[in-house]
Amino acid sequence: MTEHLSILVVITPLFISFFVFLLSLTKYRYEWHFTVIATCLSFLIALSLLFRVLQTGPFSYRLGGWAPPWGIEYRVDYLSGLMLVTVALVVFITSVYAGKSIRGSGSLTREIIGEEGEVSFFTLYLLLAAGLFGIIMTADLFNLYVFLEITSLSAYALVGTGYKKRAIVAGFNYLILGSIGACLYLLSVGYLYIMTGTLNMADLAQKLPLFYDSRLILVAFALLMAGLSIKMALFPLHAWLPDAHGLAPSIISSILSGCVIEVAAYAMLRAMFTVYTPAFIFEVLPLKEVLSIAAAVAMIGGSTIALAQKDIKRMLACSSVGQMGYIVLGIAIANQTGLTGSLMHFFSHAVIKASLFLAVGAIIYQTRIYDITRLRGLGKKMPVTMTTFTIGALGMIGIPLTTGFVTEWKLAIGALEAGRWPLVPVILLSAMLNAVYFGRVLEIVWFKKDDDQPHGSGETPEPAAVTEAHPLLTIPPLILVSLSIVFGIAAFVPLSIAKKAASMLLGG
Amino acid sequence: MEYIISKYNYWVYIMLMMIGFYAMMGKRNLVKKIVGLNIFQTSIILYFISIAAKKGASIPIVFHGHGHEPVRAFHYVNPLPHVLMLTAIVVMVSTFGVALAFIIRIYRTYGTLEEDEILAQEE
Repeated sequence: MTEHLSILVVITPLFISFFVFLLSLTKYRYEWHFTVIATCLSFLIALSLLFRVLQTGPFSYRLGGWAPPWGIEYRVDYLSGLMLVTVALVVFITSVYAGKSIRGSGSLTREIIGEEGEVSFFTLYLLLAAGLFGIIMTADLFNLYVFLEITSLSAYALVGTGYKKRAIVAGFNYLILGSIGACLYLLSVGYLYIMTGTLNMADLAQKLPLFYDSRLILVAFALLMAGLSIKMALFPLHAWLPDAHGLAPSIISSILSGCVIEVAAYAMLRAMFTVYTPAFIFEVLPLKEVLSIAAAVAMIGGSTIALAQKDIKRMLACSSVGQMGYIVLGIAIANQTGLTGSLMHFFSHAVIKASLFLAVGAIIYQTRIYDITRLRGLGKKMPVTMTTFTIGALGMIGIPLTTGFVTEWKLAIGALEAGRWPLVPVILLSAMLNAVYFGRVLEIVWFKKDDDQPHGSGETPEPAAVTEAHPLLTIPPLILVSLSIVFGIAAFVPLSIAKKAASMLLGG
Repeated sequence: MEYIISKYNYWVYIMLMMIGFYAMMGKRNLVKKIVGLNIFQTSIILYFISIAAKKGASIPIVFHGHGHEPVRAFHYVNPLPHVLMLTAIVVMVSTFGVALAFIIRIYRTYGTLEEDEILAQEE
């Protein structure tokens, strides 16, 4: 059994999603329980896979016993182990949160999808989880496309269940743009196949150096970057993200911002470092300069558009655009310290952004308020939720003792080591912009009184009636954000894994 | 000139891809945008099938069992891109289904399928 764990982490949510859907034909309403069990099992399997990698080194698993390159190979190394545990953790804790957020009596999503829609919701949620795990585990380019589309289709449909009327149009936009991205990725896989005859990542890395001066391989790389940049919402191609993540239900926003765009960034890392080795991307192509400009624009641009938002979920969504710039900056710095910061940011951003979205979901569940200016004085009424939001905001800004500080430190030191000192003021400027727009929310929530709160239409409850949310809505984000503090202090735990992964990517 | 005529498959796939891309960007009706997406995805199928073809090759089915004369790869069309495209067609059909479900909800919510009227209603 233990030798099949690599495939079980993907199959468990997949089979249980079918089972949950069939369960809807009976009268038992246990779909949430099965979702929690499935994601918990995947999380435990992910932890055991990571421990095995840390003890004995990277290993691979062949599907059906077929040896690569004829068969599909699943590879667990330091990078995929780190990503797998991060994504499995966020998916598990968010599914616990869904117990009240989707099934509770005050749930906005329940008004849209109804009671019988809950089954479809959790089925799609498990399919999304299965797709995410599949992208992380696989070492075959076409298998990555299949799982990318499983993830994306579930994500499009789940975005469409948002409360506001515009959520459906946002989901449709996301569908069109995401499908273009996936098709460009598929085209690049086809170009690589016609030149080398193989789809396996390790095999391609051996065969490609012969063709580094071929224009076809260059175009394949360009299509790969374009397609995955759309999926990852890198700055010029980010237009779908504020709408889709801002209008989706809160748990879907947390999975999308925390996991889906990060897994697309992970796929880009795999394509750049495992398939096209660093010899190509840094020596044949001037990618250090180009990516550092793209990353700087993404970081500053994302934070600037977040400054202009009045809706709190849209603000967090625009913030994700800026945070993806941090990851690309680590790639552009191209030494071990910079790439370590980038990989640490995978963990940090997933945990903190997911907890921020879950905390905002608790606020919306209790108060139905989306507008930042109307959140006055909420710190006194919902102290636990707003403490979670505050710690998460400090983590995003990069205050010491949080994982956000560890990432920014590593990126800055890496930039100085590589001699690219202009990148350090960019990091600092982005952190300051983060401080401005998160600080605005914190000031309104903690330091303003709600005497002169404008009473809108009758949908808002009276200010006195707002209470703290149910424990199932407050404890999951608190767990996630306390993990960011724990690993901000004991940073050697994720950093050692990230350092090994970075040296493997740069050296291999 | 032979460059264009001998590789006309690839020229046609590029033209189809650009037609689909233009439809997605330029048309205002949402159904036309989805048709454009379909054309875009179908052109990629055409590209993959074109790379599988070989001169004078037959369909990739082996009629004799093992033990007869060895199978030579140049007699048969490359089956791998065909198989990849079966998977890709399934993905495209699923995407089409989700897109049509979105269109039904959009029509019920907004009463129209023209993009500019939907955006005007959101003002």
